[in-house]
Amino acid sequence: MTESKTAGQNENGASVHARRVLAYVVLILVTVLCLFWFYVLFINATRSNSELKRGFSAIPSVYLLENLNNMIHGTQPVLSGLINSFIIAVSSAALSTYFSAMTAYAIHAYDFKFRRFMFTFILMIMMIPTQITALGFLQLIGNMGLDDSFIPLIVPSVATPAVFFYMKQYMDSTLPLSLVEAARIDGAGEFRTFNQIVMPLMKPALAVQAIFSFVYSWNNYFVPALVLHTDTKKTLPILIAQLRSADWLKFDMGQVYAMIAFSIFPVILVYLVLSKSIVGGVTLGGVKG
Amino acid sequence: MKKSKVVSYNKWGYIFLIPFTVVFLVFQLIPMVTTIYNSFFENYRSGLMQIGPNFVGLENYVTIITNGDLPTYFANTMIIWVMCFIPQIVISLVLGAWFTDPSLRLRFQTFFKTVIYLPNLIMASAFSMLFFTLFADGGPINSILMQAGIIGEPYQFMSHVWSVRGLIAFMNCLMWFGNTTILLMAGMLGIDPALFEAAQVDGATATQIFSKITLPLLKPILIYVMVTSLIGGLQLFDVPQILTNGSGDPVRSSMTLIMYLNKHLYNKNYGLGGALSVFMIIVTAILSYIVFKVTNSRR
Amino acid sequence: MKSKLMAALLSLTMAAGMLAGCGKGGSSGAGKATDGGKVLNIYAWNEEFKSRVTDHYPGYEEVDATTGKVGDVTVKWNITPNQDNAYQNHLDETLLNQDKAAADDKIDIFLVEADYALKYVDTDYALPVKDLGLTDEDLKNQYKYTQDVMTDSKGVLKGTSWQGCPGVLIYNREAATEVLGSDDPSEVQKAVADWDSFEKTAEKMKDAGYNMTATTNDAYRVFSNNVSGKWVQDGKVVLDDNIKNWIDLSKNMMDAGETTSADLWSPDWSAGFYPDGKVFCYFGPAWLINFSMAADEAGSIANAGGWGATEGPQGFFWGGTWICGCAGTDNKTLVCDIMKQLTCNEEIMLDIVKKDSDFVNNKPAMEKAAADDSFAFPVLGGQNPLPMFCAGAEKCDLSNQSAYDQGCNEELQRAMRNYFEGNASYDEAYEQFTKAIGEKYPELAQ
Repeated sequence: MTESKTAGQNENGASVHARRVLAYVVLILVTVLCLFWFYVLFINATRSNSELKRGFSAIPSVYLLENLNNMIHGTQPVLSGLINSFIIAVSSAALSTYFSAMTAYAIHAYDFKFRRFMFTFILMIMMIPTQITALGFLQLIGNMGLDDSFIPLIVPSVATPAVFFYMKQYMDSTLPLSLVEAARIDGAGEFRTFNQIVMPLMKPALAVQAIFSFVYSWNNYFVPALVLHTDTKKTLPILIAQLRSADWLKFDMGQVYAMIAFSIFPVILVYLVLSKSIVGGVTLGGVKG
Repeated sequence: MKKSKVVSYNKWGYIFLIPFTVVFLVFQLIPMVTTIYNSFFENYRSGLMQIGPNFVGLENYVTIITNGDLPTYFANTMIIWVMCFIPQIVISLVLGAWFTDPSLRLRFQTFFKTVIYLPNLIMASAFSMLFFTLFADGGPINSILMQAGIIGEPYQFMSHVWSVRGLIAFMNCLMWFGNTTILLMAGMLGIDPALFEAAQVDGATATQIFSKITLPLLKPILIYVMVTSLIGGLQLFDVPQILTNGSGDPVRSSMTLIMYLNKHLYNKNYGLGGALSVFMIIVTAILSYIVFKVTNSRR
Repeated sequence: MKSKLMAALLSLTMAAGMLAGCGKGGSSGAGKATDGGKVLNIYAWNEEFKSRVTDHYPGYEEVDATTGKVGDVTVKWNITPNQDNAYQNHLDETLLNQDKAAADDKIDIFLVEADYALKYVDTDYALPVKDLGLTDEDLKNQYKYTQDVMTDSKGVLKGTSWQGCPGVLIYNREAATEVLGSDDPSEVQKAVADWDSFEKTAEKMKDAGYNMTATTNDAYRVFSNNVSGKWVQDGKVVLDDNIKNWIDLSKNMMDAGETTSADLWSPDWSAGFYPDGKVFCYFGPAWLINFSMAADEAGSIANAGGWGATEGPQGFFWGGTWICGCAGTDNKTLVCDIMKQLTCNEEIMLDIVKKDSDFVNNKPAMEKAAADDSFAFPVLGGQNPLPMFCAGAEKCDLSNQSAYDQGCNEELQRAMRNYFEGNASYDEAYEQFTKAIGEKYPELAQ
């Protein structure tokens, strides 16, 4: 699209060269645009409340340790928040990937009466925003006595249509049914086939969706804030909101940014560790035609 | 299909569907049915007093359609989505094309592919907070623009319709273009390389190859990306909510459908909120149906 | 539901009769828990009250971040942030389940702010303080406005506060000297004694390169605290003349470039805490002066003691937290004693003044501090503004509160911002206001 319109001969070295330069320039620009925000967050985490109030600065200050110290020894149970976020995010990611793969496998590998209907149906409900049914959801968990518990934040991830859809697409492009049949001939049970033969083949897709679910759940504020009330059960985004609405005596933007940096850090770590299989995984499975 | 061989195992299809179905019925269907049911009632809180539920038929639907709110906020949502989607798809297409173009032989690809995804890791709320500070009247963006002599006095980003919408679109674009790029790349890699080679032998330029081969073959995935992005766009909430402090100002020109729905959460207005939800369920269902049609037509 | 609640209330009232005055009149908190309740549940939106109890309530021991102990009673802090109305949502849900909840799960104390106090005070959930055991004698030293806030439509007092938050006009001494020729509070007062002079001064400030205020919202509270009628009358929203005055003044000042439309607490608002921000004045209570104006940072006006305080055009207050005892509590004596110690005990309250620099809700304590020059504020260049605050606290009149104040105040400022910025006409902005009110309070929709 943006490539130069120089003589379009194949093997035109100059044209390729020009396009490569352009590509690098744009990519570097994009990279800067992507990383800039992390830089600003980090800078802000190193600045004191009064420095932050004074305005923006591009140069780091010296309050990082003090901010972190204030945060850990502050009134917010940050460490339990970290643990809670971890428990919820890891469980949601595990449940949503495992059971979505299982659901996708059901549709992919078996031929039963409601198969087409189920597939259509799951696609239809795929995109209904959680906010829409939030009121009904809260009523429900209130009636079930699950208020202030992790269960309503974890168990619903068993039914995640978007992850299911991805898994289904992935299976379509990489999982031949002959493999399943071979397993059957070897006498493996259906459940074992799924766990020991299908799941290992799905590794890249599982990694991709695991990190996406993890990030989604890690950063989720809307529903957890409505469900969790006990301080020691709260997740990091709620604690950040709590810190931001702190009273005038304790209000400390430095601490808020330190906490944001603190809560983004684990996600970046998880992401970078898994990034190879993510970039590869999406590419492999993709939504191939 | 290998129907005959699979048939005896088919009960396992049902068994494997049990967890999904049970959880879906309990945690999604029940709330949804309650939501729909509620939309036919007058049902809200006034302070600590419960008003209703009184059956009012379709009155809630009439209210949200006739008071002009629904069309306005639907339009706002769509405008912001278009402002976000067009640059996003253009950038993603270009980057995707570059990444998959073997003649370019770009280095550090893994690095770039990793980096473009990073903005998605920042909490939308933290991201909006940053933008709010950066684009404040006395914020760094204004001082840079003033020092560069581009503007004489601070531009009030938060007080102009198009700058607010633009900022929201920009942030969303930044958060999601990595995702789109990777999806498109997957589609591009799926195209038979022999086609490119044949085109090159025939002397086609890179531009011609892109517009005559890549784009048409990419059409199904482009539609998929567009519709999923559209559905994501309909859900737009966190970014404008925090950037405009829940107001959707100026003059509610950046108030989205979900922000409007959120207003009804304030007083537990199950009636009006329910009617609005039903409207959104219908719209998303139609859009999802399109995705289904598109993805299935390719098999 | 209703009759059950009445029965519960009745039995509580009877219990109160038997226990008149919390416990045996001594002042030690520990060992007072004779009602049998084992858990005291306190609902709040931030840590402020918790730190007051921890530091000043006799016998309170902190166990961990969310629990404490008074004698045998476990104190459980249930803190939900204010953001997105989460605190009130959570409180509402719990209150509505209060009947069904087990004794140890029932709310014993909840906190409220002035803007929405009546939403709770005008229900049976908030217990009359007299039923808890506080007497007129206990309450006599509190500022009247703090009690107005918590008085329901039948005239019954249902909560108390340890704070008073009367406000003053805080001005930039340098700007005052430069433009008005003097930074003496009484001289400056002449230039801002009423809104007409205020507007004239704004013009002079503008000519000298100063914004009169940092934002139009600074003055809002001063107008809204001095209205002649309630926001909602006979089920209809009524725009008070004084609020209309604020709209007109703000529009004039905006058009003249004498102020901005920034939000309170935004970076553009706090820019005026520094000399470069070029802001002449803020409206605020003691806590704003002491804690929010960057006094600890070199280069700020506050740090150099460059602010002055004067009464300004009208009296007002800003902030404050009120304590309510909740119907259904099984720790009435303890609830009462906490209220009594923290909001009526002069000794403890003077201690709060010293340790936390709160302006406390106790006239003798504050008058002592006002007469004591050691209470002079370094931020104000050594001026002791407490006499001014004391006078301001006496002048606040909150008899025109309604349960709709929070929504109406928020939405009006939000909608009018569009008018001030020229994005909407007055009528359009007002229409947006009524629309927003209809969304928040469907019963007020037209």
